[in-house]
Amino acid sequence: MSSAQAPLLKVINLTKSFNSFQAVKGVSFDLYPGEILGLLGPNGAGKTTIIHMLLGLTSPTSGEIRIFGLNPEKARQREKILSRMNFSSTYVAMPYSLTLRESLMVFARLYGVKKARARIDQLIEQFELKEVADRPVRTLSSGQMTRLNLAKAFINDPDILLLDEPTASLDPDIADRTRRYLMEVKRNRKMAILYTSHNMQEMEEISDRLLFLHHGEIIACGSPEELVARFRGEDLEDVFLKVAREVRP
Amino acid sequence: MKFHRISAMFLRHIYLYRHSLTRLVEIFYWPLLDLLVWGFVSLYLARLSAEGKQTPNFLGIFLGALILWDILFRAQQGISVSFLEEVWARNFLNLFVSPLTIGEYLVSLMLVAVFKVVVVFLISALLAWVLYSFNLFVIGISLLPFILCLVLMGWAIGILTTGLILRFGQQAEVLAWGVAFLFQPISAVFYPVSVLPGFLQKLALFIPASYVFEGMRAIIFGRHFSLNLLLRAFSLDIIYLGLALFFFFRMFRQVRARGLLAKMGE
Repeated sequence: MSSAQAPLLKVINLTKSFNSFQAVKGVSFDLYPGEILGLLGPNGAGKTTIIHMLLGLTSPTSGEIRIFGLNPEKARQREKILSRMNFSSTYVAMPYSLTLRESLMVFARLYGVKKARARIDQLIEQFELKEVADRPVRTLSSGQMTRLNLAKAFINDPDILLLDEPTASLDPDIADRTRRYLMEVKRNRKMAILYTSHNMQEMEEISDRLLFLHHGEIIACGSPEELVARFRGEDLEDVFLKVAREVRP
Repeated sequence: MKFHRISAMFLRHIYLYRHSLTRLVEIFYWPLLDLLVWGFVSLYLARLSAEGKQTPNFLGIFLGALILWDILFRAQQGISVSFLEEVWARNFLNLFVSPLTIGEYLVSLMLVAVFKVVVVFLISALLAWVLYSFNLFVIGISLLPFILCLVLMGWAIGILTTGLILRFGQQAEVLAWGVAFLFQPISAVFYPVSVLPGFLQKLALFIPASYVFEGMRAIIFGRHFSLNLLLRAFSLDIIYLGLALFFFFRMFRQVRARGLLAKMGE
């Protein structure tokens, strides 16, 4: 990715320890406007811990995070950062008793979205949720819930989007359309996206760059093609299996 | 019917108690509290009868006290149960990755608590009037500052409970229903503080609600409104609210450092 542009997100020597266990060990990377950066790695590699530190849910043990040049560890700066960021995860839900539209209205207010109703209608249309827009969230299928989470993630038209397995429960058709939408907003809006998935085909298709994490460390970084070549794999899935089984390039 | 299947389900629930101190304590908690409250009520009634005093306004004492106690309970629940709603809905993480600050979140919960208190108070007062011809407003405008004291105490307990749930996770959620009642016997809701044994009377000195209920009874018995009782209740409330906020923010910082905040939301 072009280093001529200033990174929106800069991580320097980030470390997180839980008692004696080091979940993240000296990780450094940048995220640029208009880039999709994939975080890859087996379970327990440290992907989620990194995302949680970027979101300010967990404080780093050491190292630095700069988002839009600001420090998320400082409360005032954290507010400014989070108003320009958003997050979606398959493992997070929405208030069950509210309707889909009401849920989005709550988040539109939290993010201070202007013309909230129009924005919500636009997102409902975009993520094909019109038929269920006035239904309680608890009645949604897992695919509809995932789309609602994605709609929430776009509510403030963020500059940085963190997506944790966003297509995990979508059928192949909607997953494909979601990926196309993400690539479109990346291109047109210059949105920076940090993406995790265990679907290697998806990671190969969508990511401009990949960070391969293992035991809390970055063991490789590059485009999907570069990683496949470096690990002498057939494809990204093959590379993943080699890494998970501790085969080094 | 197969015994092994019944025993499997029996075992499933017994295992829960083995791993959860809160569940184990809960078995004894409610019966003990009931015993204390109703025991002291009985003592109070027996004492009145023995002293041959004129029968007091029982409607005022019991119904009024019950409605006021519910204010404290709803104020507490408005905070701790509203917090739990986010945890149950797995929405907690979504909130804390938004620009919402923890201070803003607490203020919103306090407002929810006030909303619940107003609704419950109005409905209870109306039902008491329709069903029992008991007009709570006969106590007068002096009831309002006492109500404020109960709301403040409810907030303090709610914030403390929420801090504990944050720290210990969902296994501590039973506290959202139980902690307020821990204060009920020594708050002297249905009987005067003088009914309590000596050491509990000393403890009651530190409970804001005990002054509120003494003040309420004084008004019902036709005595004057006691500014002294109100000020004592209010001062203690301010101290406890400050301590509860300090505890909550400390827990929030600890939980964030340990990565437990994220776990709570998933």
